[in-house]
Amino acid sequence: MNVIRALTQNKVAMFGFAVLLLLSLIAIFGPMLYDGSPWKMVQRPFIPPFANDRFLLGTDTLGRDVLAGLIYGARISLLVGLVSTVIALLIGIPLGAYAGYFGGWVDEILMRFTEVFQTVPSFALAIVLVAIFEPSVYSITGAIAIVSWPPVARLVRGEFLALRNQEYVLAAKLNGQSHRNIILKEILPNSLSPIIVLASLMVATAILLESSLSFLGLGDPEIMSWGYMIGAAKTVIRQAWWLSFIPGVAIAVTVLALNLLGEGLNEALNPKLSGKREH
Amino acid sequence: MKPLLKVENLSIRLPKGADREFAITNVNYELMPGEILCVVGESGSGKSMTANAIMGLLPKAIQVETGAITFDGYNLASLEEHRARKIRGNRISMIFQEPMTALNPLMRVADQIGEVFLIHTELSKKQRHERTLSLLKDVGLPDPEKMMSAYPHQLSGGQRQRVMIAMALALEPSILIADEPTTALDVTTQAQILKLIKELQEKHNTAVMFITHDFGVVAEIADRVVVMEKGQMVELGEREAVLNNPQHSYTKKLISAVPPLVAPERPLLAESAPVLTVNQLCKTYSTGGGWFSKPRIVKAADDVSFELHRGETLGLVGESGSGKSTVSRCVVRLLESDSGEILLGDDPIQALDAKALAPFRKRIQMVFQDPFASLNPRKTIGQIIADGPIAQGMPVAQAMQKAAELLALVELPATALDRYPHEFSGGQRQRVGIARALAHDPEILVADEAISALDVSVQAQILDLIEQLKQRLNLAVLFVVHDLRVAAQVCDRVIVMQKGRIVEAGVTKQVFEQPRHDYTKSLIASIPGADWRSGKTTGHAKTLEKAYA
Amino acid sequence: MSIQTLMYIGGRLIKGAIVLLVIAVFNFFLIRAAPGDPAKVMAGEAGATDELFLQQLREQFGLDQPLYYQLWVYISNLVQFDMGITYRQQMPVFDLIMDRMPATLLLTGAAFLMSLLIGVLAGVVAAQKHKQWADSFITVAALIFYATPLFWLAMMAALFFSVYLNWLPSFGMETVGANLTGFDRFVDIMTHLILPATTLGLFFTAVYARMTRTSMIETTRMDFVKTAIAKGMTPNRVTYRHVLRNALLPVVTLAGLQAGQLIGGAVLTETVFAWPGIGRLMFEALFQRDYNLLLGVFFISSAMVVLFNLITDVIYCVVDPRIELSK
Repeated sequence: MNVIRALTQNKVAMFGFAVLLLLSLIAIFGPMLYDGSPWKMVQRPFIPPFANDRFLLGTDTLGRDVLAGLIYGARISLLVGLVSTVIALLIGIPLGAYAGYFGGWVDEILMRFTEVFQTVPSFALAIVLVAIFEPSVYSITGAIAIVSWPPVARLVRGEFLALRNQEYVLAAKLNGQSHRNIILKEILPNSLSPIIVLASLMVATAILLESSLSFLGLGDPEIMSWGYMIGAAKTVIRQAWWLSFIPGVAIAVTVLALNLLGEGLNEALNPKLSGKREH
Repeated sequence: MKPLLKVENLSIRLPKGADREFAITNVNYELMPGEILCVVGESGSGKSMTANAIMGLLPKAIQVETGAITFDGYNLASLEEHRARKIRGNRISMIFQEPMTALNPLMRVADQIGEVFLIHTELSKKQRHERTLSLLKDVGLPDPEKMMSAYPHQLSGGQRQRVMIAMALALEPSILIADEPTTALDVTTQAQILKLIKELQEKHNTAVMFITHDFGVVAEIADRVVVMEKGQMVELGEREAVLNNPQHSYTKKLISAVPPLVAPERPLLAESAPVLTVNQLCKTYSTGGGWFSKPRIVKAADDVSFELHRGETLGLVGESGSGKSTVSRCVVRLLESDSGEILLGDDPIQALDAKALAPFRKRIQMVFQDPFASLNPRKTIGQIIADGPIAQGMPVAQAMQKAAELLALVELPATALDRYPHEFSGGQRQRVGIARALAHDPEILVADEAISALDVSVQAQILDLIEQLKQRLNLAVLFVVHDLRVAAQVCDRVIVMQKGRIVEAGVTKQVFEQPRHDYTKSLIASIPGADWRSGKTTGHAKTLEKAYA
Repeated sequence: MSIQTLMYIGGRLIKGAIVLLVIAVFNFFLIRAAPGDPAKVMAGEAGATDELFLQQLREQFGLDQPLYYQLWVYISNLVQFDMGITYRQQMPVFDLIMDRMPATLLLTGAAFLMSLLIGVLAGVVAAQKHKQWADSFITVAALIFYATPLFWLAMMAALFFSVYLNWLPSFGMETVGANLTGFDRFVDIMTHLILPATTLGLFFTAVYARMTRTSMIETTRMDFVKTAIAKGMTPNRVTYRHVLRNALLPVVTLAGLQAGQLIGGAVLTETVFAWPGIGRLMFEALFQRDYNLLLGVFFISSAMVVLFNLITDVIYCVVDPRIELSK
């Protein structure tokens, strides 16, 4: 297909894709292959990176293995990022589709509702939600999903508004097709490309949100995450800067890779919008 | 006389991956002082390329390969940018097709025109203001004082095009390039703009390079004509010679595809019960309207009544905003009407809910305007045609069989079934659209501007197909059309609409030859080149002048 | 100002008020959704053991009354800016927030202006030098800052400029114990402001730069730009007179939408730099499990966003004559 060819020819996007593939492999198989818990004290604290052959990235304030933390952190970052995005899509797509397709008062009510969520400072809302429902993977994922769906709803609504009066949709109506069929088979497949692009960027944002929450101490206390590692090393930044530096790089690389892939997808799926076809 | 502008052996290369290597190849023509030269061609013929090269508007990826454009001793094809800028907008200026987007939406009219003086002259602010004001008067804009401070979105399409003309003629250039300046306008507005261009051209003795696809426009204003086909210049000559005695086969084909403006004698249809009856249909739109502001109410259909019989083609004609599309969409129940009756045979359908309506959907089907937007790009041609019968309960295999038969009926190869819309040309897609409508074996076919997005030569083929199908299947056709030449050729009866109301209805020949309502008269008089191919002798501006006296 | 504009602003105010009402109702139910006695939830970690204080809360918020009555009490208190009292500080929540407000306004305001100025400038330069090295540099820098976690960037900036180079302070808003006045105090605050405002602003600089670049490139392809070129204008004049203003419209919209994000970012920056604003207050409330204070901060920051959106709407309708001021 054209899209896949365009994407594979985009070196930057493929770089992002390769990084993500590697990270996913680490997240899935790393904890099985790498021997060591991220919580166990294994050595004396504050071993700098590359000083000890057994613990390649050194140990933290409590003598825990930093590399083990990174590997387990990859798992939680990607998991929360993906799952919260999927949930946000499951909320946003139907809402946007209904609002855009039916218009009128349905649209008015759904969009006012979305507007409230869009006005609220999203990070503050996520903090409040996680704090009140007690920090756990579930509350974190849920909170991120709740603050991330409004852009999906707006995007999908916009697409549906634009497409619902396209002549092929009118033709489907004249055929006597049901609303369900028209929404699912005529309009949705034609509005997928911007949704895919947005979704890839949302995973990136979700990962940033998760790390920010963990950094503030709102992470799941059972699970090691990159944000938590940075937060825990905050007070010792003068003695051991690498303890906060390393997980930060991990977050930045992951998010960057997602953004690069997202941008590549955008260029491949919407060639006319991306500035590629410059005359 | 010495030519003002000389295009010699001009070739312009297209970037890699385009459908051909050169946009234009070895083009040669001259523009004489004070003449109107029409450059004619269908879409993709490269007719605008030379103009864009003259104005420095060629995209970066497209370059002049060989040849020269000589103006006043300079070769515009290779002139340094800073010298070319002194000529642009000053000695050669240009107006464009889309008046809606050609003006900066955030700048007042006066500032946009005044900018020309600011760039090319030393006039003071006060002088600029005065000159701008007098320009607005010259192009016949109402209330020029008020126009000065208006923003583009507050003007109509015709008014914007007048502003563009004022801007282009501000410094009395020796050449005006007009790139399809009336294509986006309604026929009466088009007539006014053509008249204005001609008047100003005569007054200032400006040479005009007029790019168009419409031979009617050519007949209306051209002195000489250049015909372009796929980047090649195929014919060059005086207007009368090219129009009435074309030499090249392509020119002949284009001209014969233009429907003559004489309605042929048509056999009267036998009396029969109407298959579609519309009684006192009304539909209003309200737009805008917020917390504190009143909505704007537009009557799109106001007390519209008519009947349609088997075997008949009924034309619904009018300009944009006349309500003809609204009526057609109410009739097929894509829009809900406010009041009135719609009867299919004897059955009223205007109030049926979706479920009750379903069996009636089969009997009235629509062919849409835009061949690119009317087919779902993610479905195969087979699916597109078979979808309707399947939705109505036909087994899939049988529906696909039927789709194959329909393809043969609209003269498309059976291999098209498994292919996607983007593999087909505009005309072919329109055939698919017709096949889809016929899949239900309807009694009534509503054709909503079904040919207006196509090139002239393709238009003729599609019209022909619809006519054949109508006769073979004994259909009733409701033809929504803005092009009166087409209406004259294909319709048995026409209904003329203006602002939601029917102003005149009758047998086509009668309406065209003895229009009763003033609006119908002005519509017919506005058709460009009305006298050409009408059997009457030339003298093209006369009818127009009568209509606007 | 025309009557239409005033009506438009009026309409917007009503809309904003409705949004705030919805948020207030949401807050109300959130407290009830938290596990445990609502009085204890509201009191926070420190206050939950003081029976007298709990009793006081129950009375003030009518916690022993039916739910609709509680909601009514909650909303009518809120309208009078009464959000209850924090146990630890023994201060009304609203006063505490207002105390911290100036610091946050200073920080977010500085970050906003900086990011808008630099971002738009970088975007314009990138679009002008499309596909040259300046464009690549700006695009890559924007991508990187867009991907970097804000709090981490803040920490690294503090580490580098404060700990390593010792150029700038990285803690608080003023030098502790210096008791400076007048201009000296201003300079002191400004030096404290540089790191937090820059790190908070960098992310948004990246956002605005990307947006401006895309918007400029898209606007350059529009028809009226052709008209401008055909008038014989220099490329610079075309860019600044015609392209730029049109290209900035979507950026203004985006800037309005980003207001909420800016406040969210302030929570992180203020935490890292111990900046005494409402973001830091939110972190403290979290730490002390003082949910009443937490929700108070949440509500006020939403109100700030509503206000900010209103301002952008007004700016937008001044800049774009096409807005008919109806919706």
